[in-house]
Amino acid sequence: MRENKKWLMLVLMMFCVLMISACSSEGGNVDGEKAQEIKVRINDDPDFLDPHLATASISYQMILNMFEGLFAPETDGSLSPAIAESYELSEDGLTYTFNIRDNVKFHNGNTVKVEDITYTFDRLMGTKNGDPLSSNFNNVASIEAPDTDTFVIKLKEPNSNFLYSLTALQSAIIPASNEGKHNDNPIGTGPFKFVKYSPGANLELAKHEDYWDEKLPYLDKVTFVFQSDDQSALMALKAKEVDLTGVPANRLAEVENDFNIRKQNNNSTLVVTFNQEREPFKDVRVRQAINYAINKGDIIDAVFSGYATPIGSNMSPAMGDYYKDGLQDVYARNIEKAKELLAEAGYPDGFSTKISVSSHNDMYSNIAQVIVENLREIGIKVEIEVVEWGIWLERIYFGRDYDMTTIDLTGRPSAYEILNDYISTNDSENFFRFKNAEFDKIMADVLKEADRDKQIQMYQRAQEILNEDSASVYIADYQVLWASDKEIEGLKSYPFWFHDMSEVRFTE
Amino acid sequence: MKTLMSHGKNINLIVGLLILSAFLLLMLLSFFYTPHDINAMNVANKLRGPSSEYWFGTDEFGRDIFSRIMKGTQTAFFVGALTVSIGVVFGTLIGGIAGYVGGWVDEVFMRIMDSFMAFPGIILALMLVAVFGPGIVNTSIALGLMAIPSIARIARSGFIQHKEFEYVMAAKLIGVKPFKIMFRHILPNVSSPLIVAASISFAVAMLAEAALSYLGLGVQPPDPSWGRMLKDSQAYLTSSPWYTYAPGISITLMVLGFYMLSNAIRDIMDPRSN
Amino acid sequence: MAYIIRRIILFVVTMATVSLITFSVFQVMPGDPIRIMLGTEADETQVETLKKQLGLDQPLHIQYMDWVKGLVTGDLGDSIRFSRPVTELLADRLPVTISLALITLIIVVIVAIPLGIFVAKRQNKLSDVVFSSVTQLGMAVPSFWLGMLLILYLGMNFSFFTISGYVPWTQSVVGALGALLLPALTIAIPQIAVKFRYVRNAILEQLRLDYVRTIRSKGITEKFVMYKHVLRNSMIPILTVFGLITAEVVAGTIIVEQVFSLPGIGQLLITSISYRDFPLVQGIVMYITFVVVFINFIVDILYSVLDPRIRLN
Repeated sequence: MRENKKWLMLVLMMFCVLMISACSSEGGNVDGEKAQEIKVRINDDPDFLDPHLATASISYQMILNMFEGLFAPETDGSLSPAIAESYELSEDGLTYTFNIRDNVKFHNGNTVKVEDITYTFDRLMGTKNGDPLSSNFNNVASIEAPDTDTFVIKLKEPNSNFLYSLTALQSAIIPASNEGKHNDNPIGTGPFKFVKYSPGANLELAKHEDYWDEKLPYLDKVTFVFQSDDQSALMALKAKEVDLTGVPANRLAEVENDFNIRKQNNNSTLVVTFNQEREPFKDVRVRQAINYAINKGDIIDAVFSGYATPIGSNMSPAMGDYYKDGLQDVYARNIEKAKELLAEAGYPDGFSTKISVSSHNDMYSNIAQVIVENLREIGIKVEIEVVEWGIWLERIYFGRDYDMTTIDLTGRPSAYEILNDYISTNDSENFFRFKNAEFDKIMADVLKEADRDKQIQMYQRAQEILNEDSASVYIADYQVLWASDKEIEGLKSYPFWFHDMSEVRFTE
Repeated sequence: MKTLMSHGKNINLIVGLLILSAFLLLMLLSFFYTPHDINAMNVANKLRGPSSEYWFGTDEFGRDIFSRIMKGTQTAFFVGALTVSIGVVFGTLIGGIAGYVGGWVDEVFMRIMDSFMAFPGIILALMLVAVFGPGIVNTSIALGLMAIPSIARIARSGFIQHKEFEYVMAAKLIGVKPFKIMFRHILPNVSSPLIVAASISFAVAMLAEAALSYLGLGVQPPDPSWGRMLKDSQAYLTSSPWYTYAPGISITLMVLGFYMLSNAIRDIMDPRSN
Repeated sequence: MAYIIRRIILFVVTMATVSLITFSVFQVMPGDPIRIMLGTEADETQVETLKKQLGLDQPLHIQYMDWVKGLVTGDLGDSIRFSRPVTELLADRLPVTISLALITLIIVVIVAIPLGIFVAKRQNKLSDVVFSSVTQLGMAVPSFWLGMLLILYLGMNFSFFTISGYVPWTQSVVGALGALLLPALTIAIPQIAVKFRYVRNAILEQLRLDYVRTIRSKGITEKFVMYKHVLRNSMIPILTVFGLITAEVVAGTIIVEQVFSLPGIGQLLITSISYRDFPLVQGIVMYITFVVVFINFIVDILYSVLDPRIRLN
């Protein structure tokens, strides 16, 4: 009798569980049937939603969908008008006069007024409260709003790169009325508006109905799902919990056949570099020797399973016209040559050194392991030191206490901002401690050069110098592999991290 | 058969010693010889399954996993030995002083030790590794600090027990210095539970090192670490499942060896404990 | 009563020391949360402004006192990285970790106790050797590797299991079970391997006692002896053991959440340590430690109530 009761209980329980699960799974499918909605997997949370505070490239990937600047960066690295409909530059190259587009609306329904633009730049420059949020505008002499749709910026010195600091990456236009809430409830003018941020889970955006470009966006809803683990991301893709995800190259085989794959250069430059203030890396021959000894192909195969584009200077082919082709072949692997150069520099038997890498991504220690093997062949004994990301930033990047390291430098839309890391007076970013007078001169001159073709020539020469001087060993721009289960159209690749959802639509 | 069974306790000793001496031999051998260069990369040859040339297969750089397992014994013994040394030396010192001196010194020392033991081990390990940084020596120091409280407790109870014994009283009477009494006279008499604790600490250290390495915070390349190999193997769990076995089984066996040894020692030294 | 008061004082002292240790450890920990959050692109101007806003430029003892004040009132401060209250972030993650811990406990209880009873009745030399080997093996397997093996053998072969990620209970009960069962087994298996022997030993000790012999000699059935007398009297040591398991299970969730990518407290802890998000990590560490110490405290009290001899010690 007792036994029977037990069984009855068990059966009842099973039944309940089944009922509940049947009901709940039905409930999940009812809504969102026809809604144009996409779920995109992102590796990590944004650092800030406030566009003036956000710094990490992972944040821009998402939040650029919500914000716009006076100009918008294009896929080829050029600029197109956004909130500014047009502009004029004075003869002396100092005064920019912007004509503000009519009827641009913030997500809260208010029209963008010139006061909001003034507010934006005041906030960035800290003119009102003495707490500047950016040093990009140190060259600004004054800002003015002569009438309701004109905005004027006067510079202290001409700067041909100035317009690049007017995109949403550096000066997103935000409403004065939202003061104090820019991070909790961000408001911008972009094609999507903020709905909800759940830390560690997702960021939800919805269509901005009043977007000034009436055709856009196509999607009603965009959800960025945070998932740092690749395994989970692939599972989620297979379970249709996300529509689009990056796939690590070593797992491509698992999804290749069942999903759409697109490969995208992301304009990052992976470098193996040295502290050029220290011996023996002061000597260009030592740097060149190392360049000849490192097998980029091995790194690309072992670390990126082949999905990376080799480079020869601090520029990726993703930068289009600005990119100087051919440099990637200059230091083809040549152990004999490397040994000769080392001997000339006075190190016929090599030397001992240390490569310090961050632990936050296995990629770095994996690269370091290849470097150790490669350099051993020319007598250089390399010890690997792995430190946490925070320590790497503090000691290596900002503290310059290192011999060698490896890092991927994130892409930016402006060729100037990519190359200016190597200017000898750029103390905050030149962690290589690279010093070359010709390079410095070109980079100073290019700011005064108004002609785009001439700028391109100068930037290309600058790349050659980095290559000749072996300012770093330029390894590759690694590709991001995107997998999606549906036919997705309108996905654009930018020369910086940005998941532009404005033109994305499903083609089914 | 029957005689073997009646010596059931010694099975721990036999098997434990067998496992550990096998690893010890492997370690000694690895100083002079590994079938392949442990760091030699051959990317074209990556992720090959076990074969007569590569007994346990190759990793994502085309390196021989068996050779790296062999070399990994060095890392394992190094981390274990350093951890246990730190734990035993400082644990005995703190526990000994607390137990022998007694009074408020005992109270203060033991409250601090209790507080450290209140943290779940892995949390303490994560915090200490973040302070000292990753790497083989730093990890061992962090794990050594973690081992101190439990060893201190064991040492303390031994010292409390023995300080009342006649031989200690006698030594005190003839004016032997306290420090000498503690470490010349008492310590040898309370060493057996400490030896057991050391052996357990060795096993715990190995597991903790593996866990930290799995989280990317423990031993770092190029030092081959079994925990790190396990972490690396997880990325290839679907495509190359065999990759995970060699490091996983190595850790398990070695930890098992130390647990068996510690149980055997305890049974031999204190037959009542079972 | 004196014993209980002493335990309460001890509990408070322990938590105070724990808070001091936690705070100090994070003060000496190298790495700057703002720099980590902003990375290589950090604008020096912005770094300074942010530091001022977060109050990280205040003297240490003031920061500590503020923090402790917050702890007592249940306000753990704001996370640096998420700009959200720590309590809110904890509340978001808690359901995952609690579900995992509870399922684990249930598995351990329903397997280890019957298993312990079962083997206690079949006591001989051979079984001793076998059982002690099982226990030692259970202790020796690294839990995260066990998790990987479960993924490999169960997770990949049965679509019921979600091998990574979490499904909320409200969304699907089966889904939640599928996501939590393997991680729970990962924590439970070593615990079972160790704990069933505790149960067995506790029962064996009771069986050896005189009263059992007396009862037996009166001709009462074996089953009755087992369940009515032995088991009840063995409850004290068994309960203690399960009090201790709770601490181990909580600790176990930290690493297992990582293996199965479960968005619980442990995962939050590990990422926030690497981000040096001090308010968040300190909050999590204090929370977990509090739970563990509190459970031990309750177990101690219960124990002393059940067995007055303890209080004399």
